[in-house]
Amino acid sequence: MRRARRVVLPLLLLALLLGIWELYVDVGGADPDILAAPHQIVSAIYTDRALLWSNFLVTAQEVLFGILAAAVAGLALAILIHFSWILRTATYPLVVASQTIPIPMLAPLLMLWFGFGIFPKVIVIALISFFSIVVATLDALAAVDPELIKLMRTFDAPRWRIFREIELPAALPGVFTGAKIAVAVAVIGAVIGEMTGGSNAGLGYLFLQSIPQLLTAREYATVVILSLFAIALFALMTVAERRALPWAYESRGDLAR
Amino acid sequence: MIEAPVKEPRDLDGPGGVQVEVVSRSFGEVQALAGMSMRVAPHQVVAVVGPSGCGKTTLLELICGLQRPDAGSVRAAPAALMPQRDLLLPWLSAIDNAGLALRARGASRAQARAVAAPWLERFGLSGFERSRPAALSGGMRQRVSFLRTLLAGKPVLALDEPFAALDAITRTEMQGWLSHVLESEARTVVLVTHDVEEAVVLADRVVVMSGRPGRAVAEIAVELTRPRHRTDAAVVTLRERALAALGVDV
Repeated sequence: MRRARRVVLPLLLLALLLGIWELYVDVGGADPDILAAPHQIVSAIYTDRALLWSNFLVTAQEVLFGILAAAVAGLALAILIHFSWILRTATYPLVVASQTIPIPMLAPLLMLWFGFGIFPKVIVIALISFFSIVVATLDALAAVDPELIKLMRTFDAPRWRIFREIELPAALPGVFTGAKIAVAVAVIGAVIGEMTGGSNAGLGYLFLQSIPQLLTAREYATVVILSLFAIALFALMTVAERRALPWAYESRGDLAR
Repeated sequence: MIEAPVKEPRDLDGPGGVQVEVVSRSFGEVQALAGMSMRVAPHQVVAVVGPSGCGKTTLLELICGLQRPDAGSVRAAPAALMPQRDLLLPWLSAIDNAGLALRARGASRAQARAVAAPWLERFGLSGFERSRPAALSGGMRQRVSFLRTLLAGKPVLALDEPFAALDAITRTEMQGWLSHVLESEARTVVLVTHDVEEAVVLADRVVVMSGRPGRAVAEIAVELTRPRHRTDAAVVTLRERALAALGVDV
Protein backbone atom coordinates (compact mmCIF):
# COMPACT_ATOMS: atom_id res chain seq x y z
CA MET A 1 0.00 0.00 0.00
CA ARG A 2 2.69 2.41 1.11
CA ARG A 3 4.89 1.25 -1.76
CA ALA A 4 2.12 1.88 -4.27
CA ARG A 5 1.61 5.34 -2.83
CA ARG A 6 5.29 6.10 -3.24
CA VAL A 7 4.94 5.51 -6.97
CA VAL A 8 1.49 6.97 -7.46
CA LEU A 9 1.88 10.23 -5.55
CA PRO A 10 4.80 11.68 -7.55
CA LEU A 11 3.15 10.54 -10.78
CA LEU A 12 -0.06 12.33 -9.80
CA LEU A 13 1.87 15.50 -9.05
CA LEU A 14 3.69 15.23 -12.37
CA ALA A 15 0.37 14.77 -14.25
CA LEU A 16 -1.05 17.78 -12.44
CA LEU A 17 1.92 19.99 -13.36
CA LEU A 18 1.84 18.79 -16.97
CA GLY A 19 -1.90 19.50 -17.08
CA ILE A 20 -1.38 23.05 -15.83
CA TRP A 21 1.37 23.53 -18.40
CA GLU A 22 -0.80 22.16 -21.21
CA LEU A 23 -3.72 24.40 -20.22
CA TYR A 24 -1.48 27.42 -19.94
CA VAL A 25 -0.25 26.99 -23.52
CA ASP A 26 -3.58 25.91 -25.09
CA VAL A 27 -5.97 28.23 -23.25
CA GLY A 28 -3.67 30.90 -21.82
CA GLY A 29 -2.42 31.74 -25.28
CA ALA A 30 1.34 31.37 -24.80
CA ASP A 31 3.37 31.67 -27.99
CA PRO A 32 4.15 28.04 -29.05
CA ASP A 33 7.44 29.24 -30.57
CA ILE A 34 8.52 30.18 -27.07
CA LEU A 35 6.78 27.57 -24.92
CA ALA A 36 5.84 24.23 -26.44
CA ALA A 37 2.90 22.37 -24.91
CA PRO A 38 3.51 18.86 -23.53
CA HIS A 39 1.50 17.28 -26.35
CA GLN A 40 3.66 19.06 -28.91
CA ILE A 41 6.80 17.73 -27.23
CA VAL A 42 5.44 14.17 -27.27
CA SER A 43 4.51 14.61 -30.91
CA ALA A 44 8.01 15.96 -31.69
CA ILE A 45 9.60 12.97 -29.97
CA TYR A 46 7.53 10.74 -32.26
CA THR A 47 8.06 12.62 -35.52
CA ASP A 48 11.78 13.25 -34.97
CA ARG A 49 12.43 9.81 -33.50
CA ALA A 50 15.12 8.83 -36.03
CA LEU A 51 16.99 12.12 -35.62
CA LEU A 52 16.68 12.07 -31.84
CA TRP A 53 17.74 8.45 -31.65
CA SER A 54 20.90 8.89 -33.73
CA ASN A 55 21.90 11.93 -31.67
CA PHE A 56 21.00 10.13 -28.46
CA LEU A 57 23.39 7.32 -29.38
CA VAL A 58 26.20 9.84 -29.74
CA THR A 59 25.47 11.38 -26.35
CA ALA A 60 24.97 8.01 -24.68
CA GLN A 61 28.32 6.79 -25.94
CA GLU A 62 30.06 9.89 -24.62
CA VAL A 63 28.35 9.54 -21.26
CA LEU A 64 29.21 5.86 -20.88
CA PHE A 65 32.88 6.37 -21.74
CA GLY A 66 32.98 9.47 -19.55
CA ILE A 67 31.54 7.67 -16.54
CA LEU A 68 33.88 4.76 -17.08
CA ALA A 69 36.87 7.11 -17.20
CA ALA A 70 35.60 8.95 -14.10
CA ALA A 71 35.06 5.68 -12.22
CA VAL A 72 38.51 4.30 -13.02
CA ALA A 73 40.31 7.59 -12.32
CA GLY A 74 38.17 8.38 -9.27
CA LEU A 75 38.59 4.96 -7.66
CA ALA A 76 42.30 4.83 -8.38
CA LEU A 77 42.85 8.31 -6.98
CA ALA A 78 40.74 7.60 -3.89
CA ILE A 79 42.67 4.40 -3.15
CA LEU A 80 46.04 6.09 -3.69
CA ILE A 81 45.04 8.99 -1.45
CA HIS A 82 43.76 6.56 1.17
CA PHE A 83 47.06 4.70 1.29
CA SER A 84 49.45 7.62 1.16
CA TRP A 85 49.39 10.46 3.62
CA ILE A 86 51.80 12.40 1.39
CA LEU A 87 49.62 11.89 -1.65
CA ARG A 88 46.53 12.91 0.31
CA THR A 89 48.13 16.10 1.52
CA ALA A 90 49.47 16.91 -1.93
CA THR A 91 46.50 16.06 -4.12
CA TYR A 92 43.35 16.63 -2.09
CA PRO A 93 43.41 20.45 -2.30
CA LEU A 94 44.04 20.16 -6.04
CA VAL A 95 41.15 17.71 -6.45
CA VAL A 96 38.87 20.17 -4.69
CA ALA A 97 40.31 23.07 -6.71
CA SER A 98 39.62 21.16 -9.93
CA GLN A 99 35.93 21.52 -9.13
CA THR A 100 36.19 25.30 -9.19
CA ILE A 101 37.24 25.31 -12.86
CA PRO A 102 34.25 26.52 -14.88
CA ILE A 103 33.86 23.45 -17.08
CA PRO A 104 31.90 25.26 -19.85
CA MET A 105 34.96 27.46 -20.35
CA LEU A 106 37.30 24.48 -20.32
CA ALA A 107 35.31 22.64 -22.98
CA PRO A 108 36.37 24.83 -25.96
CA LEU A 109 40.00 24.64 -24.84
CA LEU A 110 39.80 20.85 -24.73
CA MET A 111 38.34 20.93 -28.21
CA LEU A 112 41.26 23.03 -29.44
CA TRP A 113 43.67 20.50 -28.00
CA PHE A 114 41.92 17.25 -28.82
CA GLY A 115 39.78 18.01 -31.88
CA PHE A 116 36.11 17.53 -32.60
CA GLY A 117 35.81 13.84 -31.81
CA ILE A 118 34.44 12.10 -28.75
CA PHE A 119 37.62 12.49 -26.69
CA PRO A 120 37.22 16.10 -25.43
CA LYS A 121 33.60 15.33 -24.45
CA VAL A 122 34.68 12.26 -22.52
CA ILE A 123 37.20 14.41 -20.65
CA VAL A 124 34.56 17.01 -19.79
CA ILE A 125 32.20 14.30 -18.51
CA ALA A 126 34.97 12.60 -16.54
CA LEU A 127 36.07 15.92 -15.00
CA ILE A 128 32.56 16.82 -13.95
CA SER A 129 31.71 13.42 -12.47
CA PHE A 130 34.92 12.03 -10.95
CA PHE A 131 34.81 14.34 -7.95
CA SER A 132 31.77 12.74 -6.34
CA ILE A 133 33.32 9.29 -6.80
CA VAL A 134 36.60 10.34 -5.17
CA VAL A 135 34.95 12.08 -2.24
CA ALA A 136 32.34 9.41 -1.55
CA THR A 137 34.92 6.61 -1.81
CA LEU A 138 37.37 8.40 0.46
CA ASP A 139 34.68 9.08 3.04
CA ALA A 140 33.58 5.46 2.98
CA LEU A 141 37.17 4.23 3.35
CA ALA A 142 37.72 6.60 6.26
CA ALA A 143 34.49 5.43 7.93
CA VAL A 144 35.70 1.83 8.34
CA ASP A 145 35.67 0.96 12.04
CA PRO A 146 39.25 1.26 13.36
CA GLU A 147 38.51 -1.66 15.70
CA LEU A 148 38.21 -3.89 12.64
CA ILE A 149 41.64 -2.81 11.45
CA LYS A 150 43.07 -3.57 14.90
CA LEU A 151 41.38 -6.96 14.88
CA MET A 152 42.92 -7.79 11.50
CA ARG A 153 46.33 -6.67 12.75
CA THR A 154 46.12 -9.13 15.65
CA PHE A 155 45.34 -11.74 12.96
CA ASP A 156 48.69 -10.82 11.30
CA ALA A 157 46.96 -9.54 8.15
CA PRO A 158 49.26 -7.55 5.84
CA ARG A 159 48.14 -4.01 5.04
CA TRP A 160 46.96 -4.82 1.50
CA ARG A 161 44.92 -7.76 2.71
CA ILE A 162 43.18 -5.59 5.31
CA PHE A 163 42.32 -3.34 2.40
CA ARG A 164 41.02 -6.17 0.22
CA GLU A 165 39.09 -8.05 2.90
CA ILE A 166 37.78 -5.16 5.01
CA GLU A 167 38.19 -1.66 3.66
CA LEU A 168 37.32 -2.16 0.01
CA PRO A 169 34.09 -4.14 0.57
CA ALA A 170 33.09 -1.78 3.38
CA ALA A 171 33.62 1.18 1.06
CA LEU A 172 31.55 -0.22 -1.83
CA PRO A 173 28.25 1.37 -0.73
CA GLY A 174 30.09 4.69 -0.71
CA VAL A 175 31.47 4.03 -4.18
CA PHE A 176 27.92 3.43 -5.39
CA THR A 177 26.72 6.64 -3.75
CA GLY A 178 29.42 8.54 -5.59
CA ALA A 179 28.62 6.76 -8.83
CA LYS A 180 24.92 7.62 -8.53
CA ILE A 181 25.74 11.32 -8.23
CA ALA A 182 28.28 10.93 -11.04
CA VAL A 183 25.81 9.48 -13.56
CA ALA A 184 23.35 12.26 -12.84
CA VAL A 185 25.89 15.00 -13.58
CA ALA A 186 27.59 13.11 -16.42
CA VAL A 187 24.68 13.93 -18.75
CA ILE A 188 25.16 17.61 -17.97
CA GLY A 189 28.83 17.20 -18.84
CA ALA A 190 27.96 15.66 -22.19
CA VAL A 191 25.66 18.56 -23.03
CA ILE A 192 28.35 21.09 -22.12
CA GLY A 193 30.77 19.29 -24.43
CA GLU A 194 28.26 19.14 -27.27
CA MET A 195 27.15 22.75 -26.98
CA THR A 196 30.70 23.92 -27.53
CA GLY A 197 31.28 25.36 -31.01
CA GLY A 198 32.53 22.82 -33.53
CA SER A 199 30.43 19.93 -32.27
CA ASN A 200 28.32 18.28 -34.92
CA ALA A 201 26.30 15.61 -33.17
CA GLY A 202 24.59 14.71 -29.91
CA LEU A 203 21.43 15.89 -28.19
CA GLY A 204 23.16 19.00 -26.85
CA TYR A 205 24.16 19.95 -30.39
CA LEU A 206 20.66 19.22 -31.67
CA PHE A 207 19.20 21.44 -28.95
CA LEU A 208 21.45 24.30 -29.96
CA GLN A 209 20.57 23.78 -33.64
CA SER A 210 16.84 23.83 -32.94
CA ILE A 211 16.79 27.28 -31.30
CA PRO A 212 17.47 29.48 -34.36
CA GLN A 213 15.20 27.21 -36.45
CA LEU A 214 12.34 27.90 -34.03
CA LEU A 215 11.84 24.14 -33.56
CA THR A 216 10.74 24.73 -29.99
CA ALA A 217 9.06 21.35 -29.46
CA ARG A 218 12.25 19.61 -30.63
CA GLU A 219 14.33 21.65 -28.17
CA TYR A 220 12.12 20.48 -25.34
CA ALA A 221 12.19 16.94 -26.68
CA THR A 222 16.01 16.84 -26.36
CA VAL A 223 15.74 18.10 -22.76
CA VAL A 224 13.14 15.44 -21.90
CA ILE A 225 15.24 12.65 -23.40
CA LEU A 226 18.43 13.79 -21.66
CA SER A 227 16.68 13.98 -18.35
CA LEU A 228 15.03 10.57 -18.81
CA PHE A 229 18.45 9.19 -19.70
CA ALA A 230 19.98 10.53 -16.48
CA ILE A 231 17.06 9.12 -14.46
CA ALA A 232 17.48 5.75 -16.17
CA LEU A 233 21.21 5.70 -15.40
CA PHE A 234 20.51 6.57 -11.78
CA ALA A 235 17.88 3.84 -11.52
CA LEU A 236 20.27 1.37 -13.15
CA MET A 237 22.94 2.18 -10.56
CA THR A 238 20.41 1.74 -7.76
CA VAL A 239 19.37 -1.67 -9.06
CA ALA A 240 22.99 -2.68 -9.61
CA GLU A 241 23.81 -1.66 -6.05
CA ARG A 242 20.96 -3.69 -4.62
CA ARG A 243 22.04 -6.71 -6.63
CA ALA A 244 25.74 -6.35 -5.85
CA LEU A 245 25.46 -5.39 -2.16
CA PRO A 246 22.33 -7.02 -0.74
CA TRP A 247 23.89 -6.92 2.73
CA ALA A 248 23.85 -3.13 2.73
CA TYR A 249 20.05 -3.21 2.63
CA GLU A 250 19.44 -5.82 5.32
CA SER A 251 17.98 -4.66 8.57
CA ARG A 252 19.70 -5.81 11.72
CA GLY A 253 18.50 -9.18 12.94
CA ASP A 254 17.70 -8.29 16.52
CA LEU A 255 17.55 -5.38 18.87
CA ALA A 256 20.08 -6.63 21.40
CA ARG A 257 22.91 -5.17 19.37
CA MET B 1 45.32 -26.47 11.04
CA ILE B 2 44.82 -24.46 14.21
CA GLU B 3 48.06 -24.16 16.07
CA ALA B 4 46.57 -24.46 19.52
CA PRO B 5 49.06 -25.52 22.12
CA VAL B 6 48.56 -28.76 23.99
CA LYS B 7 47.18 -28.37 27.49
CA GLU B 8 50.12 -28.26 29.87
CA PRO B 9 50.59 -27.77 33.58
CA ARG B 10 50.48 -24.09 34.45
CA ASP B 11 53.95 -22.64 34.50
CA LEU B 12 54.37 -18.93 34.81
CA ASP B 13 57.70 -18.88 32.99
CA GLY B 14 56.68 -21.20 30.16
CA PRO B 15 55.69 -20.00 26.70
CA GLY B 16 52.19 -18.70 26.12
CA GLY B 17 51.88 -16.43 29.13
CA VAL B 18 51.48 -12.70 29.60
CA GLN B 19 53.58 -10.41 31.77
CA VAL B 20 52.72 -6.78 32.26
CA GLU B 21 55.30 -4.99 34.44
CA VAL B 22 54.60 -1.49 35.87
CA VAL B 23 53.21 -0.22 32.60
CA SER B 24 52.17 3.37 32.05
CA ARG B 25 50.39 4.68 28.99
CA SER B 26 49.01 8.14 28.27
CA PHE B 27 47.05 9.62 25.41
CA GLY B 28 47.80 13.31 25.36
CA GLU B 29 46.65 14.68 28.70
CA VAL B 30 44.79 11.52 29.64
CA GLN B 31 46.74 8.93 31.57
CA ALA B 32 45.08 5.58 30.94
CA LEU B 33 47.44 3.32 32.90
CA ALA B 34 49.95 4.09 35.63
CA GLY B 35 52.08 1.36 37.16
CA MET B 36 49.86 -1.46 35.95
CA SER B 37 51.24 -4.95 36.59
CA MET B 38 49.72 -8.35 36.06
CA ARG B 39 50.79 -11.82 35.08
CA VAL B 40 48.90 -14.56 33.36
CA ALA B 41 50.36 -18.05 33.36
CA PRO B 42 50.00 -20.13 30.20
CA HIS B 43 46.49 -21.57 29.86
CA GLN B 44 45.21 -19.54 32.73
CA VAL B 45 42.03 -17.51 32.46
CA VAL B 46 42.43 -14.11 34.09
CA ALA B 47 39.62 -11.62 34.29
CA VAL B 48 40.34 -7.91 34.60
CA VAL B 49 37.61 -5.85 36.24
CA GLY B 50 37.54 -2.17 36.93
CA PRO B 51 35.46 0.96 36.65
CA SER B 52 34.68 2.45 33.24
CA GLY B 53 37.60 4.25 31.65
CA CYS B 54 40.26 2.58 33.83
CA GLY B 55 42.33 1.60 30.81
CA LYS B 56 41.13 -1.99 30.39
CA THR B 57 40.91 -1.75 26.61
CA THR B 58 44.34 -0.06 26.50
CA LEU B 59 45.70 -2.97 28.54
CA LEU B 60 44.35 -5.45 25.98
CA GLU B 61 45.78 -3.49 23.08
CA LEU B 62 49.18 -3.45 24.80
CA ILE B 63 48.98 -7.22 25.25
CA CYS B 64 48.01 -7.62 21.58
CA GLY B 65 50.95 -5.47 20.50
CA LEU B 66 48.67 -2.82 19.01
CA GLN B 67 50.24 -0.20 21.28
CA ARG B 68 53.53 0.26 23.08
CA PRO B 69 53.81 1.28 26.73
CA ASP B 70 55.27 4.70 27.59
CA ALA B 71 57.04 3.05 30.53
CA GLY B 72 57.34 -0.47 31.87
CA SER B 73 57.28 -3.62 29.80
CA VAL B 74 54.77 -5.97 28.24
CA ARG B 75 55.84 -9.47 27.38
CA ALA B 76 53.15 -11.60 25.88
CA ALA B 77 52.84 -14.58 23.60
CA PRO B 78 51.04 -13.75 20.32
CA ALA B 79 47.51 -12.64 21.12
CA ALA B 80 44.31 -12.35 19.08
CA LEU B 81 41.67 -9.79 19.97
CA MET B 82 37.94 -10.29 20.35
CA PRO B 83 36.46 -6.81 20.20
CA GLN B 84 33.72 -5.42 22.39
CA ARG B 85 31.11 -5.26 19.67
CA ASP B 86 30.99 -8.37 17.50
CA LEU B 87 32.15 -6.39 14.43
CA LEU B 88 31.22 -9.20 12.08
CA LEU B 89 31.51 -8.19 8.44
CA PRO B 90 27.94 -7.71 7.21
CA TRP B 91 28.78 -8.87 3.68
CA LEU B 92 30.18 -12.23 4.76
CA SER B 93 28.32 -15.37 5.82
CA ALA B 94 28.82 -16.76 9.32
CA ILE B 95 31.33 -19.32 8.07
CA ASP B 96 33.36 -16.73 6.15
CA ASN B 97 33.33 -14.39 9.13
CA ALA B 98 34.54 -17.23 11.36
CA GLY B 99 37.38 -17.98 8.93
CA LEU B 100 38.51 -14.36 8.56
CA ALA B 101 41.71 -14.85 10.55
CA LEU B 102 42.72 -17.70 8.23
CA ARG B 103 41.99 -15.55 5.17
CA ALA B 104 44.00 -12.77 6.79
CA ARG B 105 47.04 -15.02 6.65
CA GLY B 106 46.46 -16.01 3.05
CA ALA B 107 44.26 -19.12 3.16
CA SER B 108 41.80 -19.48 0.31
CA ARG B 109 38.09 -19.11 1.00
CA ALA B 110 37.66 -22.88 0.56
CA GLN B 111 40.49 -23.69 2.97
CA ALA B 112 39.12 -21.28 5.58
CA ARG B 113 35.65 -22.80 5.25
CA ALA B 114 37.00 -26.31 5.62
CA VAL B 115 38.61 -25.36 8.93
CA ALA B 116 35.66 -23.33 10.22
CA ALA B 117 32.87 -25.77 9.32
CA PRO B 118 33.35 -28.34 12.13
CA TRP B 119 33.74 -25.50 14.65
CA LEU B 120 30.48 -23.89 13.64
CA GLU B 121 28.80 -27.21 14.25
CA ARG B 122 30.52 -27.54 17.61
CA PHE B 123 29.44 -24.03 18.53
CA GLY B 124 25.78 -24.81 17.80
CA LEU B 125 25.67 -22.84 14.56
CA SER B 126 24.78 -25.69 12.20
CA GLY B 127 22.40 -24.53 9.52
CA PHE B 128 23.56 -20.92 9.87
CA GLU B 129 26.85 -21.30 7.97
CA ARG B 130 25.54 -19.33 5.01
CA SER B 131 23.61 -16.76 7.03
CA ARG B 132 24.87 -13.23 7.10
CA PRO B 133 25.28 -11.58 10.53
CA ALA B 134 22.06 -9.60 10.15
CA ALA B 135 20.15 -12.90 10.26
CA LEU B 136 21.85 -14.13 13.45
CA SER B 137 20.83 -13.50 17.06
CA GLY B 138 23.10 -11.55 19.38
CA GLY B 139 24.36 -14.72 21.06
CA MET B 140 25.08 -16.38 17.72
CA ARG B 141 26.98 -13.37 16.50
CA GLN B 142 29.08 -13.38 19.65
CA ARG B 143 29.87 -17.08 19.16
CA VAL B 144 30.94 -16.43 15.56
CA SER B 145 33.04 -13.50 16.76
CA PHE B 146 34.70 -15.68 19.43
CA LEU B 147 35.31 -18.43 16.88
CA ARG B 148 36.89 -15.92 14.52
CA THR B 149 39.38 -14.96 17.26
CA LEU B 150 39.92 -18.59 18.29
CA LEU B 151 40.73 -19.64 14.72
CA ALA B 152 43.52 -17.08 14.59
CA GLY B 153 45.43 -19.84 16.36
CA LYS B 154 47.17 -17.54 18.84
CA PRO B 155 48.10 -18.86 22.29
CA VAL B 156 46.56 -15.81 23.96
CA LEU B 157 42.95 -14.68 23.59
CA ALA B 158 42.28 -11.06 24.51
CA LEU B 159 38.53 -10.75 25.10
CA ASP B 160 37.21 -7.20 25.46
CA GLU B 161 33.87 -7.28 27.31
CA PRO B 162 32.66 -9.99 24.95
CA PHE B 163 29.11 -10.18 26.30
CA ALA B 164 28.50 -6.59 27.37
CA ALA B 165 26.12 -5.92 24.48
CA LEU B 166 23.91 -8.96 25.16
CA ASP B 167 20.71 -9.14 27.16
CA ALA B 168 20.98 -10.65 30.65
CA ILE B 169 19.62 -14.10 29.79
CA THR B 170 21.78 -14.52 26.69
CA ARG B 171 24.78 -13.23 28.61
CA THR B 172 24.38 -15.89 31.32
CA GLU B 173 24.01 -18.57 28.66
CA MET B 174 27.07 -17.35 26.82
CA GLN B 175 29.15 -17.30 30.01
CA GLY B 176 28.30 -20.96 30.64
CA TRP B 177 29.09 -21.73 27.03
CA LEU B 178 32.44 -19.92 27.07
CA SER B 179 33.44 -21.60 30.34
CA HIS B 180 32.73 -24.96 28.72
CA VAL B 181 34.66 -24.13 25.54
CA LEU B 182 37.69 -22.85 27.45
CA GLU B 183 37.95 -26.10 29.41
CA SER B 184 38.76 -28.02 26.25
CA GLU B 185 40.82 -25.25 24.62
CA ALA B 186 44.31 -24.79 25.98
CA ARG B 187 44.54 -21.04 25.66
CA THR B 188 45.70 -18.23 27.83
CA VAL B 189 42.82 -15.85 28.27
CA VAL B 190 42.71 -12.24 29.37
CA LEU B 191 39.07 -11.34 29.83
CA VAL B 192 38.24 -7.70 30.35
CA THR B 193 34.80 -7.15 31.83
CA HIS B 194 32.88 -4.73 33.99
CA ASP B 195 30.72 -7.59 35.24
CA VAL B 196 32.28 -8.89 38.47
CA GLU B 197 30.01 -11.93 38.50
CA GLU B 198 31.12 -12.84 34.97
CA ALA B 199 34.74 -12.53 36.10
CA VAL B 200 34.24 -14.92 39.04
CA VAL B 201 32.24 -17.44 37.02
CA LEU B 202 34.78 -17.63 34.19
CA ALA B 203 38.26 -16.87 35.54
CA ASP B 204 40.98 -18.65 37.49
CA ARG B 205 42.02 -15.30 38.88
CA VAL B 206 40.44 -11.86 38.99
CA VAL B 207 42.57 -8.72 38.74
CA VAL B 208 40.81 -5.67 40.16
CA MET B 209 41.85 -2.31 38.72
CA SER B 210 41.57 1.17 40.16
CA GLY B 211 39.88 4.05 38.40
CA ARG B 212 41.86 6.10 35.88
CA PRO B 213 44.82 6.02 35.73
CA GLY B 214 44.38 2.28 36.04
CA ARG B 215 46.59 -0.06 38.02
CA ALA B 216 46.00 -3.38 39.76
CA VAL B 217 44.72 -2.89 43.30
CA ALA B 218 43.75 -6.46 44.18
CA GLU B 219 43.98 -10.01 42.92
CA ILE B 220 41.50 -12.69 43.83
CA ALA B 221 42.22 -16.35 43.14
CA VAL B 222 39.10 -18.28 42.13
CA GLU B 223 39.86 -21.85 43.08
CA LEU B 224 36.44 -23.29 42.39
CA THR B 225 35.49 -26.26 40.26
CA ARG B 226 33.64 -25.72 36.99
CA PRO B 227 30.88 -25.40 35.99
CA ARG B 228 30.19 -22.53 38.36
CA HIS B 229 26.90 -20.78 38.80
CA ARG B 230 26.31 -17.21 39.77
CA THR B 231 24.19 -18.37 42.69
CA ASP B 232 26.85 -20.66 44.22
CA ALA B 233 27.70 -19.50 47.74
CA ALA B 234 31.43 -19.47 46.96
CA VAL B 235 30.86 -17.43 43.81
CA VAL B 236 28.78 -14.92 45.72
CA THR B 237 31.45 -14.60 48.43
CA LEU B 238 34.22 -13.97 45.89
CA ARG B 239 32.01 -11.57 43.96
CA GLU B 240 31.53 -9.54 47.13
CA ARG B 241 35.26 -9.55 47.80
CA ALA B 242 35.88 -8.25 44.29
CA LEU B 243 33.21 -5.59 44.67
CA ALA B 244 34.73 -4.54 47.99
CA ALA B 245 38.14 -4.23 46.27
CA LEU B 246 36.46 -2.04 43.66
CA GLY B 247 35.23 0.15 46.49
CA VAL B 248 31.59 -0.80 46.10
CA ASP B 249 29.55 -1.20 49.30
CA VAL B 250 27.95 -4.63 49.40
